[in-house]
Amino acid sequence: MTEPILSVRDLVVKFSLRGQILTAIRGASLDLYPGETLAIVGESGSGKSVFTKTWIGMLDANGWVDSGSILFEGKDLAKFTREREWLTIRGKKIAMVFQDPMTALNPLRTVGMQIQEALELHQDMRGEQAKARTIEILSEVGIDIPEVRYHQYPHEFSGGMRQRVVIAIAVACNPRILICDEPTTALDVTIQAQILELIRDLQRKMGATLVYITHDLGVVANVADRVAVMYAGEIIEYGTVDEIFFDPRHPYTWALLSSLPQLGIKGQPLYSIAGTPPNLFTDIQGDAFAPRNPNALKIDSVRRPPFFQVSPTHYAKTWLLDPRAPKVEPPETIRALRSKYERYAQ
Amino acid sequence: MTQNNREPLVEIKNLTVEFKGKGRVPFRAVDDVSFNIYKGETFGLVGETGSGKTTIGRAIVRINPTASGEILFRGQKINGVVPKELDREVTRKIQMIFQDPMASLNERAKVDYIVSEGLYNIKGFTDEQDRQAKVSKALLDVGLLPEFASRFPHEFSGGQRQRIGIARALIMEPEFIIADEPISSLDVSIRAQVLNLLMSLQKTKGLTYLFISHDLSVVRFIADRIGVIYKGRLVELAETEELFEHPFHPYTRALLSAIPIPDPRIEKKKKVLVYDPTCHDYSTDKPKWVEIRKDHFVLANDKEIRQYQAMAG
Repeated sequence: MTEPILSVRDLVVKFSLRGQILTAIRGASLDLYPGETLAIVGESGSGKSVFTKTWIGMLDANGWVDSGSILFEGKDLAKFTREREWLTIRGKKIAMVFQDPMTALNPLRTVGMQIQEALELHQDMRGEQAKARTIEILSEVGIDIPEVRYHQYPHEFSGGMRQRVVIAIAVACNPRILICDEPTTALDVTIQAQILELIRDLQRKMGATLVYITHDLGVVANVADRVAVMYAGEIIEYGTVDEIFFDPRHPYTWALLSSLPQLGIKGQPLYSIAGTPPNLFTDIQGDAFAPRNPNALKIDSVRRPPFFQVSPTHYAKTWLLDPRAPKVEPPETIRALRSKYERYAQ
Repeated sequence: MTQNNREPLVEIKNLTVEFKGKGRVPFRAVDDVSFNIYKGETFGLVGETGSGKTTIGRAIVRINPTASGEILFRGQKINGVVPKELDREVTRKIQMIFQDPMASLNERAKVDYIVSEGLYNIKGFTDEQDRQAKVSKALLDVGLLPEFASRFPHEFSGGQRQRIGIARALIMEPEFIIADEPISSLDVSIRAQVLNLLMSLQKTKGLTYLFISHDLSVVRFIADRIGVIYKGRLVELAETEELFEHPFHPYTRALLSAIPIPDPRIEKKKKVLVYDPTCHDYSTDKPKWVEIRKDHFVLANDKEIRQYQAMAG
């Protein structure tokens, strides 16, 4: 297999909140391979945004990387402390597209200036040259009459168009890794489809590695080559998109897939996960999902499960995969997932 | 069940809602929309941002004044000038659940006050004890504990806050609830819980819902019938599965093609249709609201009607 472009090992991220310590990331490891599209899924608070923010040094001021490493181009990003170091990475090598295009853009500056700023800062372009490139980028992200749009302000753009501008800023410097944090959550379905297509086209052109953060499994099915599932600050399962959808092994992945309204049967209650995610202020014993897992084993509340290999590309952190564990079948809905759309798949 | 022997609870006839903007010409947010909502059903209204779906909901609860057309509730006209007695009744019988439970609850008020605010407005309780009993019951109905009444909204999670929003509507003992994107801002796992709650309340209390959403996979799951709205005009209306199996209007087709499906085999080779509003030539041949198949209505002109009928076989 090819060398990973980015390699995270046993990352622990903590925040200090009102005198208490919150452990947002509890030992997450991940390899990212060049050119692939990886989707990170999980509910809010699972740490998926925080996890990727550590790659560009954008943790809030009360948060820090406690231990672990983030290897990228021979450097350990987890050891970075100064803003000057981050400026060689953030925006230039690893860029991010945020969820809400309204808050990601500066309302007081023209759209053109905001894109041009990235070029001047990272690409050493100046004046007319930077302007010409900006207009070129605007048209690349599908904005009509870019010469006019260049001089307009964000409020003159619709939500979908604004998100195109945010993407334009992110791709302006040809980053090696592009992180898209819920890029379409604030948009309509029809616009969502267009934005996903745009990102895919740009990736093909730039040859960048893409990381999608989302809770929408429909989007995951659309964009991802590989999927990592996060729960309570840990990556609990990862595999190819087919493995995660059709052969998931972790009970949390089962639960997440089962609660999709697309899989519901009309008139019957939809599957829902009981309880709430664990309190990250306290030390979690064993498997973090155990209290919500109807099939939890005794060992789940005592020892944290390691990763068990399912296939060379598929790993899951659950004691159910231990050879000594009792056989637990995935719920009916998961087995139905494959056949449900069979007739459309041909 | 045919529509003829069903009892309409809400009838919307040629409804038009306009907003006065900067220009001389007012902006028409809802344009000549007509449909019925039958007793006990869940009617889904779908469309993109700015299509006017929320405005229709707000016109029914009488937050937005109507420019023309009629809204009937149990056969009585409730828009425009309304007798005081009817006004009070409608205020109670029609309730709304809002999209964002973070923004729709008064941060400075305790849950007790938030839930009973509607009761205060219509003097819907006999004494303090009666009011408290009603608050406790409403909280229990939505799966919260009566003790929560003394807490503030910030002490609750998104899902719990949405339950408070539902309790606030339920305490009025409504017949008809307008749910405007009630689960859009919630997490996947919490969505299922709130959807289940809405469905079980419908069963136990015989409620009728207008479910406004842009998320078609949720609407498919919860709605009996769906109306598709585009730029203020209703373009298609049918029973849910009928609409998904036989969409006629190009906008409906585009909308359905864009729904994400949790199956990588399909998503990877998906072709999304893009709706081009200029595909209609309405210059001479004006569109009308026609029934193409049984209980399946489309906005189309004569040429399109022939085309759709050919598609319907």
